[in-house]
Amino acid sequence: MAANFKNPVIRWIDHRLPVFSYLHHEANEYPTPKNLSYWWNFGSLAGFMLLVMIVSGIFLAMQYTPHVDHAFNSVERIMRDVNYGWLLRYIHMNGASMFFIVVYIHIFRGLYYGSYKAPRELLWQIGVVILLLMMATAFMGYVLPWGQMSFWGATVITNLFSAIPWVGDSIVTLLWGGFSVDNPTLNRFFSLHYLLPFVILGVVMLHVVALHRFGSNNPIGIDTKGPQDTIPFHPYYTVKDLFGLGVFLIFYAYWVFYAPVTLGDPVNFVPANPLSTPEHIVPEWYFLPFYAILRSIPDKLMGVIAMFAAIAVLFILPWLDRSPVRSGAYRPAFKLFFWMLVFDCAILTICGKHAPDWIWSPFSFSIAPDTGQAGISIISMGQLATTYYFAYFLVILPLLSIFEKTKPVPLSISRPVLGAGGAHASIAQAPQQMEKF
Amino acid sequence: MADHAQSPGNGHASGEEGTRRDFLNLTAASVTAFGVASVAWPFISSLNPSKDVLALSSTEVDISQIAEGQAITVMWRGKPVFIRHRTAAEIEQAKADDSADMKDPQADEARAQKPEFLILVGVCTHLGCIPLGQKDVEPKGEFGGWYCPCHGSAYDTSGRIRKGPAPLNLPVPEYQYLSDTRVRIG
Ligand code: HEM
Ligand code: FES
Repeated sequence: MAANFKNPVIRWIDHRLPVFSYLHHEANEYPTPKNLSYWWNFGSLAGFMLLVMIVSGIFLAMQYTPHVDHAFNSVERIMRDVNYGWLLRYIHMNGASMFFIVVYIHIFRGLYYGSYKAPRELLWQIGVVILLLMMATAFMGYVLPWGQMSFWGATVITNLFSAIPWVGDSIVTLLWGGFSVDNPTLNRFFSLHYLLPFVILGVVMLHVVALHRFGSNNPIGIDTKGPQDTIPFHPYYTVKDLFGLGVFLIFYAYWVFYAPVTLGDPVNFVPANPLSTPEHIVPEWYFLPFYAILRSIPDKLMGVIAMFAAIAVLFILPWLDRSPVRSGAYRPAFKLFFWMLVFDCAILTICGKHAPDWIWSPFSFSIAPDTGQAGISIISMGQLATTYYFAYFLVILPLLSIFEKTKPVPLSISRPVLGAGGAHASIAQAPQQMEKF
Repeated sequence: MADHAQSPGNGHASGEEGTRRDFLNLTAASVTAFGVASVAWPFISSLNPSKDVLALSSTEVDISQIAEGQAITVMWRGKPVFIRHRTAAEIEQAKADDSADMKDPQADEARAQKPEFLILVGVCTHLGCIPLGQKDVEPKGEFGGWYCPCHGSAYDTSGRIRKGPAPLNLPVPEYQYLSDTRVRIG
């Protein structure tokens, strides 16, 4: 702890409230593996996006009216009359998409490099909790502008709970505060949409505390063995994170300034009408894979269960993949199945976007209404992709843990890969080694 | 707690049996649990429909203007209610299908007080979209009733679920004929 600060004011404060010691400890003294790649930038980017969403959201909330008669118009007023209101809204609207892009990459990074394995299981699970909270937040935020897709998205998603046997309908009435999605629903969604990001902030802090217990994983997936394997977080990774942030901001700004409505659905520019369902109800892109899983199962309750299971399976992932080798770089078979999972999620996204009875013609790569052309229906495609999604976690990973022949893992981060020498460095000893920190 | 029971001033120092302190702890815990639950109750209950929402729970409709084969949609409790003046052929079809294989079997007779007027809550029992089929230009689905565009549920001329993910028939709301031409829903 006791860092020696030169500035007497800082020293005075730190003696009474050791925030500076704490920061010093977490940033300057915190040893980080020296081989982190750019895939490790996405954690800090996610934190940045959370702050952007909170700041832009608070300013939007100063202009927004949570009432069914005024919500849509208040958002239009933000767009037309409020100074830079359009900018605030486009930052927030596209910010949600950016947040999910960053977090999804962050998650796939973890999946590939085995970051969910011991001793980081709880860190991983806290991450899954953050994902769930983000989904709830984004869903309720999308209801606020009270467009057609807001209304019908809210109707369909809240109705998922009616699948629960016996008490389902009462739960839905409780969620709505009425007999349909209406003003009470909008009000409580606004209240919760304001609250949940701060809950996320709290859970992110737990995430970071858990991270700093054992430090970052790294592309090789073996533990750091001493000072020769690490560098201080500051300035090395602060600089790298800032550079990544710059690149990311260019990407983000492209959407905000040149394609602000491309990621959204045009139907949401039509005010909500409780008497007419739009032709295609589609969620925002970041929910499409889960929506495809929901639709793949022809039974209501089972569909809902499958959708929630798609996330629940991430909770138990650390106990499904028992391979002692963390990094996918040394797991040839795993690597193949991993990239198939990435591809599979892309397929699920496409399936979620299109009407279930449309036909996907693989050769012309067109997706169109059924006119008897050769191809596979979106619903069947979604069923195949859903099967692979669950098979990856529940069948493939457990089997790979037993049968896969992994490549030799380097003995340490500092040493280059040595022919046969360092085969299967025992990760089982990880916890003891880590105590050196 | 029993471990600490040996230390002085802890009431009875009995080994295995419960002590006075155990009793106090259990009582305190139960009273706390009860207290928390009774405070939580009003909070949760406040989320349920309020009195003003419940007060809007019936609607009167004049059905004399609906021609045979036509349908109208009225609002009841924020939801659409379908009132369809069925043709003889539609009624016959519905009755003939009574014995067909169905997810939620129900006789047509039990679904309409007067067979000509079918009155249903127009909300898909899958995830709550409004099925198409009220207007002539809209698809009525494979069974000639309604078709839900969201995930492809098809209802027959009695509003019974025949195909797709919806588990139940379109519900029949409570209603009452006030006269030959007026109905009160709810
Ligand atoms: C985890 C962080 C957040 C996410 C993922 C998120 C997501 C969203 C989304 C997707 C929308 C709909 C945008 C649209 O289509 O117009 C929205 C709207 C809104 N959000 Fe957030 N939000 C977050 C944080 C916040 C916070 C902290 C506040 C306020 C304190 C806030 C206030 C609002 C308001 C007032 C709207 C309605 C105005 C509008 O639609 O542009 N948001 N949010
Ligand atoms: S809501 Fe009607 S089929 Fe899903």
